[in-house]
Amino acid sequence: MNQQVLLDEKELQVVLHRLSCQLLENHLDFSNSVLIGLQPRGVFLADRLHQLLTSDYQVENLQYGTLDITFFRDDFRRNENPLKANSTQIDFLVEDRNVIFIDDVLYSGRSVQAALSAIQSFGRPKAVELMVLIDRRFSRHLPIQPSYTGRQVDAISEEHVRVAWKEKDGEDCVYLVKNKI
Amino acid sequence: MTELSVDHLLGIKDLQKEDIELIFKTADQFKEVINRPIKKVPSLRDITIANVFFENSTRTKLSFELAEKRLSADVVNFSASSSSVSKGETLVDTINNILAMKVDMVVMRHPHPGACHLLAQKVDAKIVNAGDGAHEHPTQALLDTYSIREKLGKIKGKKVAIVGDILHSRVALSNIYALQKLGAEVTLCGPKTLIPQHAESLGVKVDLDFDRVIQNNDVLNMLRVQNERMNLDYFPSNRDYVFQYGLTQDRLNKSQNKPLIMHPGPINRGVEISSDVADSSDAIILNQVENGVAVRMSVLYLLASKMNIV
Repeated sequence: MNQQVLLDEKELQVVLHRLSCQLLENHLDFSNSVLIGLQPRGVFLADRLHQLLTSDYQVENLQYGTLDITFFRDDFRRNENPLKANSTQIDFLVEDRNVIFIDDVLYSGRSVQAALSAIQSFGRPKAVELMVLIDRRFSRHLPIQPSYTGRQVDAISEEHVRVAWKEKDGEDCVYLVKNKI
Repeated sequence: MTELSVDHLLGIKDLQKEDIELIFKTADQFKEVINRPIKKVPSLRDITIANVFFENSTRTKLSFELAEKRLSADVVNFSASSSSVSKGETLVDTINNILAMKVDMVVMRHPHPGACHLLAQKVDAKIVNAGDGAHEHPTQALLDTYSIREKLGKIKGKKVAIVGDILHSRVALSNIYALQKLGAEVTLCGPKTLIPQHAESLGVKVDLDFDRVIQNNDVLNMLRVQNERMNLDYFPSNRDYVFQYGLTQDRLNKSQNKPLIMHPGPINRGVEISSDVADSSDAIILNQVENGVAVRMSVLYLLASKMNIV
């Protein structure tokens, strides 16, 4: 497998701190803001940011949930591989609140579109922002852009971005993989 | 496993253990969906489902219809009493006429065992069996076992008794298959006249002593006495039935065991189960109804996912 490191463990750590600080700058005490990790892979990033914000930056009562978009995806019955549902865990309403979607890689934008539909089941948010660790520029199918980005990459469609997390994959690292697995 | 091994849900007998586990895992997510402020997802918005009921039903029909609507499917309802079936049309003709109107899935209840199997061979649509005679009622067994899993954490190794009118029950057969595939130990209990001959050949235990059954089992699934299907006197009187097989609080109090109480509905209060037991905290009858919607959403979603557009 031909792959190149986009972010190593140390760089990833720095990016996570920067993203946390950017969130703090815009949301201060998070009294009217909620973090929503998008299932399945955005949840690892959301967990880390939640941990950093509550422990290193002492944000109290930070509301945090995970959203599964499987039943809202636009490729149901159009995908060779069956879609697998994950759990949604949102124990609060998002009515009139600032919602921050958190995902690992922004590619076509279709997951985010599905998430925008899915979140409406929990109320009408005041505003929705999008934070991604990796933004694959020039590959969007929809007019969707992130509000916060860890790193932008230019990748062709034959490449893909693999984000590895310690808790799931045994290491913290982001790779650009040349050949699709 | 991310896909069902079957193209239709005709009976639990055809399913593998992994299919049931996939249905449960997907139902977990749908249970969360139906507890949201807005209980609808758009997954089946381009699917049309016909609910074809040749036999009366209240909760199964309602449950399927709610499941379909919460998945955003288009729904048409058909009941035999108000149809051309009474004019002599055959089953396959009736369904083919419905399908000519571009229907993708058929949920059918029929008084004849095997009607859904026949349909699955003859017509080009996904078929879901909502009960065929005294044969199978797969979604009921799925929601029953799902409810046991939810309350007891797991099914493997649990002792489950099915009590009452086994002979006329499609719920019993489907439950036996589902429970055995998931590793539970099944006991049948009831008047000897209402237990099918050779029931042991299914690998279940038969114990006619209800008090012993209460003592020995983790779950009691109380079946309804189906008076409407009884063309003979299977037991002397309702009073006699209650005395021997009615689940009452007094009877439960005599046992040190506190089993989970289930009933597929509709309940004959005061016959197979007394009101105080049916309404007690050990009874999960209404949880079963709630889980029914989630489980049926899961089944419809997983079958629809096998109908690729491209």
